[in-house]
Amino acid sequence: MSWPATNDELAAFGQELVANGAGVFTGSHVAFGDLQLTAQMPQIAEALRLLRDTHGFHQLVDIAGVDYPERARRFEVVYHLLSMTKNRRIRLKVETDEDTPVPSVTSVFPNADWYEREAFDMYGIFFEGHPDLRRILTDYGFHGHPLRKDFPMTGYVEVRYDEELKRVVYEPVKAVEWRNWDFLSPWEGMEKGYAPLPGDEKSSLPAPETK
Amino acid sequence: MTGSNTPAEAIHAEVGHTPETPVRKFNINFGPQHPAAHGVLRLVLELDGEVVERVDPHIGLLHRGTEKLMEARPYAQTIPYFDRLDYVAPMNQEHAYVLALEKLMDVEVPIRGQLIRVLYSEIGRILNHLLNVTTQAMDVGALTPPLWGFEEREKLMVFYERASGARLHANYFRVGGVRQDLPPELIQDIADWCDHFPKVLDDIEGLITDNRIFKQRNVDIGVVTRDEALEWGFSGVMVRGSGIAWDLRRSQPYECYNEMEFDVPLGVHGDCYDRYLCRMQEMRESTRVMQQCCARLLKTPGPALSEDNKVAPPKRGEMKRSMEALIHHFKLFTEGYRPPAGEIYACVEAPKGEFGVYLVSDGTNRPYRCKIRAPGYPHLQAMDWMNRGHMLADVSAILGSLDIVFGEIDR
Repeated sequence: MSWPATNDELAAFGQELVANGAGVFTGSHVAFGDLQLTAQMPQIAEALRLLRDTHGFHQLVDIAGVDYPERARRFEVVYHLLSMTKNRRIRLKVETDEDTPVPSVTSVFPNADWYEREAFDMYGIFFEGHPDLRRILTDYGFHGHPLRKDFPMTGYVEVRYDEELKRVVYEPVKAVEWRNWDFLSPWEGMEKGYAPLPGDEKSSLPAPETK
Repeated sequence: MTGSNTPAEAIHAEVGHTPETPVRKFNINFGPQHPAAHGVLRLVLELDGEVVERVDPHIGLLHRGTEKLMEARPYAQTIPYFDRLDYVAPMNQEHAYVLALEKLMDVEVPIRGQLIRVLYSEIGRILNHLLNVTTQAMDVGALTPPLWGFEEREKLMVFYERASGARLHANYFRVGGVRQDLPPELIQDIADWCDHFPKVLDDIEGLITDNRIFKQRNVDIGVVTRDEALEWGFSGVMVRGSGIAWDLRRSQPYECYNEMEFDVPLGVHGDCYDRYLCRMQEMRESTRVMQQCCARLLKTPGPALSEDNKVAPPKRGEMKRSMEALIHHFKLFTEGYRPPAGEIYACVEAPKGEFGVYLVSDGTNRPYRCKIRAPGYPHLQAMDWMNRGHMLADVSAILGSLDIVFGEIDR
């Protein structure tokens, strides 16, 4: 099929999937030329199997976790699929929280194995039925999930080689404070919902009396 | 299934009347310091004699937290991180990132900027394939090919340096084009290099392709069928070597690739040798694309960077005279640009396969989340089943043909 698809084609395809998906998909959305579906979290494996078997999405391209700490269910797990025969890409999302495991999709796509391990390592998202949910990218014996928004940029431990002990030692971070430069323009802060400027509260006060 | 590290149970068997010595399978560590590990890979191999029974790759020894670091920086300052992913072909990674941002912000790239990007992406492809093909030969015992290949890589890195000022970590691509235009002398030098490079390829091919030892070590080793390539999420040469005609430059063209003339080489058997042949042929096709780019660049004057000053900085001379240009410059280098809130997935055909960037923007000047989809990650994951039943010596041949670079896998 032609590439890139128009937004109308994608929207029609998304609606067709939601209508014929036997309730596994909860919505579709097209933005910036990408088709995005949301699915019921407990049925993610069925959703992927449906897309693979009936719609030709034979490749799982990626699984990404995203953290939104302000939400009730803070994590999003994002699946990217590719169909080489239809020349289409699709993005599928489910939501979960820190305790609820997402069903593993390793039975549908074997390469989900490492992607799920990575999401577990980086965010602490659990995957139910995963054959071997170990950490993958972080150090042996690492604590915490570094890509969570509440994990500090500098981490908690630092390593160095100790000349006296003749080995690598782990110590609490004593580096300089992480400087968070905030260059967001204060002039456009108000209407876009950024932090109000000092003195902004005065705009709602009654005007001072003039003599 | 990967996982437990417990050694297999001893086999007690009696053959005839003499009791056989109990043989225990044993585990060995391949890496993290091993010349054939292509970086910092630790493979825990479970062997039965010399036959590999299980492979458990331990990765992450080069993990630098790129994705976390990117969340704390304005978009323009995150481009250099992409050079440090697959440091063998740096500009191809930058390409995926700027394409994602351009899609998000709807920025037009002038044709000269597109041509320069394509030219340098193809240089990156040749840089990568030269390294991979020749070190694969070294993994199976040949010493001369890397010396010949690295000579050409050196010349290509000089082209990188002349364009961007850096041999490796270029930081050359920008949203809306490239950092700086190329001088005509450089384009002419690249065109001259393209004329002589096929001769070098012939030499390297004469050295490796029909070499008896190279064939013994690579033919029918690490066979990947079409179905396996699909279900394990392979891309790039790993699917083309198995005979699937899939190249993002052709199937989902970006930039000005659909104006270029080139062929997509395909393998037949899906073994290490076919993947090697694909890479050799791809270098010839890349040279063709580079020649077309050079010819067009010499005839196409014009800006190499978008003239929309909301994303691309104004020229220095302009800043001396125009207040508006000065303000634009100041705003771009302090606050940076702000793409609209939304999500985007953009990918390019990097030399190793599909390199993708999944970007979540919340409307501020920094990425909220940037997931980097490295092609080597699913490829390395397949080490386990690809190696089962092969000999220990085949591990390095298979690893070489997977084209692994740890910068992008560990991120």
